[in-house]
Amino acid sequence: MNNSVGNTARLIGAGLRALLVLTVLCGVLYPLAVTGIAQVAFHGNANGSEIKDESGAVVGSSLIGQTYDLPKRNPDDPEESARPDLKWFQPRPSGGLGSNSVNTRYALILSGATNKAADNPDLVKTVEDAKAAVVADNSTASYTVDPRDVPADAVTSSGSGLDPGISPEYAKIQVHRVAERNGLDVGQVEKLVEQNTEGRTLGFMGEPRVNVLGLNIAIKALAKS
Amino acid sequence: MSPVTAGVLQLLALIAALALAYRPLGDYMARVYSSEKHYGPEKWIYKAVGANPSAEMRWPAYLRGVLAFSAVSVLFLYALQRAQGILPGSLGFSAIDPDQAFNTAASFVANTNWQSYYGEQAMGHVVQTGGLAVQNFVSAAVGMAVAVALVRGFARSRTGELGNFWADLVRGTVRILLPISVIGAIVLVACGAIQNFAGIHEVGQFMGGTQQWNGGAVASQEVIKELGTNGGGYFNANSAHPFENPTPFSNLFEIFLILLIPFAMTRTFGRMVGNLRQGYAILATMGVIWVGFTALMMWTEFAHHGPALQAAGGAMEGKETRFGIGASAIFSVATTLTSTGAVNSFHSSYTGLGGGIQLLGMQLGEIAPGGVGSGLYGMLIMAIIAVFIAGLMVGRTPEYLGKKISTREIKLAACYILITPALVLCFTAAAMALPTPGDSMANPGAHGFSEILYAYTSGANNNGSAFAGLNADTQWFNSTIGIAMLLGRFLPMVFVLALAGSLAEQKPVPETAGTLRTDKPLYAGLLVGTILIITGLTYFPALALGPLAEGLAS
Repeated sequence: MNNSVGNTARLIGAGLRALLVLTVLCGVLYPLAVTGIAQVAFHGNANGSEIKDESGAVVGSSLIGQTYDLPKRNPDDPEESARPDLKWFQPRPSGGLGSNSVNTRYALILSGATNKAADNPDLVKTVEDAKAAVVADNSTASYTVDPRDVPADAVTSSGSGLDPGISPEYAKIQVHRVAERNGLDVGQVEKLVEQNTEGRTLGFMGEPRVNVLGLNIAIKALAKS
Repeated sequence: MSPVTAGVLQLLALIAALALAYRPLGDYMARVYSSEKHYGPEKWIYKAVGANPSAEMRWPAYLRGVLAFSAVSVLFLYALQRAQGILPGSLGFSAIDPDQAFNTAASFVANTNWQSYYGEQAMGHVVQTGGLAVQNFVSAAVGMAVAVALVRGFARSRTGELGNFWADLVRGTVRILLPISVIGAIVLVACGAIQNFAGIHEVGQFMGGTQQWNGGAVASQEVIKELGTNGGGYFNANSAHPFENPTPFSNLFEIFLILLIPFAMTRTFGRMVGNLRQGYAILATMGVIWVGFTALMMWTEFAHHGPALQAAGGAMEGKETRFGIGASAIFSVATTLTSTGAVNSFHSSYTGLGGGIQLLGMQLGEIAPGGVGSGLYGMLIMAIIAVFIAGLMVGRTPEYLGKKISTREIKLAACYILITPALVLCFTAAAMALPTPGDSMANPGAHGFSEILYAYTSGANNNGSAFAGLNADTQWFNSTIGIAMLLGRFLPMVFVLALAGSLAEQKPVPETAGTLRTDKPLYAGLLVGTILIITGLTYFPALALGPLAEGLAS
């Protein structure tokens, strides 16, 4: 019996030593080596692909979606629903984003999806309301949005809640509104949309999308000039 | 080009890339596990461990190694999370509560990576990089080691010796997982994944003000998360988060990493048993199921049945614009047919039938192609069941690879295939019968039941993906899913190693005209049928109450 206790202890000791050695290898040396290479070879990417506006100020990451809302009427009211600032191209809804709840000295954004089921009545209502809002917000005196032209990405939340892109179809129905609010020609705005559209990689990977932050930076620069 | 065509082309590109890597990687892994030579750095590791890597182990000794290493790993990871509040380099994050720390430790050691925490607000650099990511490597290497031990059971005769666990663990990590991870991590950074050790910092925004970002060794963890079929995201949004999976190319690359080793191990198997055609038969079985499931998933997602998806005009809820429906469907099938559980789109918002495909993929036992190592040994167990059924039909003692499948072998195989269904169905039934677990459901109706069925299916099969509306951070779910993950990982390994030992002791039976040819398409067909009927039927009543009820109603 003593012998078997001793054997077990030896085995546990071997397991612990193996874990510690492999931790040094896979948990210290490997990530440090990769970080070293990444910081030298792909400095911008490794630090979050930050993007600057025309004045040189960092305004976010080209990979991370943002919201373009008007200031709150009452900043202390967490329940107040956001009102989109219609001067700018709007991103997809982000109903799954959460806020920091564990270490509340930080104000981190929690990425995530709504996880609502395809037959959830709440989701049906959210989608229908979002569609009505997209139609109302984007129709101008000279341009009316046909509800059938509203693409699925305009009325659904993404997986991360941080989707940097919208479909070219969603950008298209926002063009007239953005042009009007910024005092620009529709043609000029359409051109900027085209410049900020990325097609499928090698023609078949993924889906075409428009980078909303990049596009809004370009709109801002054009409206200023 | 239509999105459907683009989806099909992405699937074809993936198949082509996997086919190119199949032979070199499969042969290389066979050499890794067969070589007598120990490299210099490996010798230092063995010296530190105090193990003789050339000493052969019989199955009980091999199993003791697996269990001792894994038990120490659970305790270490638990202690690391509990001590997070006082560890330097933890961004000031506090200690993880005991039930969640147990759940997370069990989850990462069992190669499951079920997460009841939010990565970006709960885990600092030390726990993520020094704890969780390390288990991504070693739990994968343990799975591969057990698979290789079973293959040696078939390949060897009259011995009972299965190799050395410490040597297999170290070689799998050092010679296979690490080199591919270094290259893969750089590829991901080149696409835009982040890789730094910055603290939480402020970044300006377009509309003014700032947002707070975590830094982190994301790319280096992301690559092994996929390659080792682990699946635990650095961020809550997992591979949907742009910092983990920035582009359509990085997305296909990550799917490739998920499937790379599980498929290539069939070549390793064929090589090590000295008959490549046997490996091809297993590969064909895995491939048929994988392509079939992917095609079904694309069909149901592009058809987007379900009231909310119909109202939206497409199944984009929980999916990213840059991936779209096709690449999301491919990812979700790859992750549930392996033991990965990483997601680039959120499974709970798939169509009812899409959710059913994800559930069934895990319930088949994750064998097409399955987790690294666990996919191969799971499939070989089914291969034994299939020859047994064929043997019953003709009234002949079944054989597989020259080994008799007698009472002892079939009992062990039967125990293996009963464990996970028992865990899944008993825990699901208990959660549904008790008054409070149902409060965690986030969706009404059949989908609420599916959330709980999914949670235990994912835990017991070591997948780790979720119908994530379910609030799983409760003492009940943290404890029961934690237990399901540990039992679902290590009990099957007990039976696999016992089976390997029993096979290795046998003397080979010469092949005769009456031997069932297990390297022919007929047998692969029989194997597909056996898998679908045996495991599929076990779960059919539960599936009928959840995803089938949801899918057929819409």
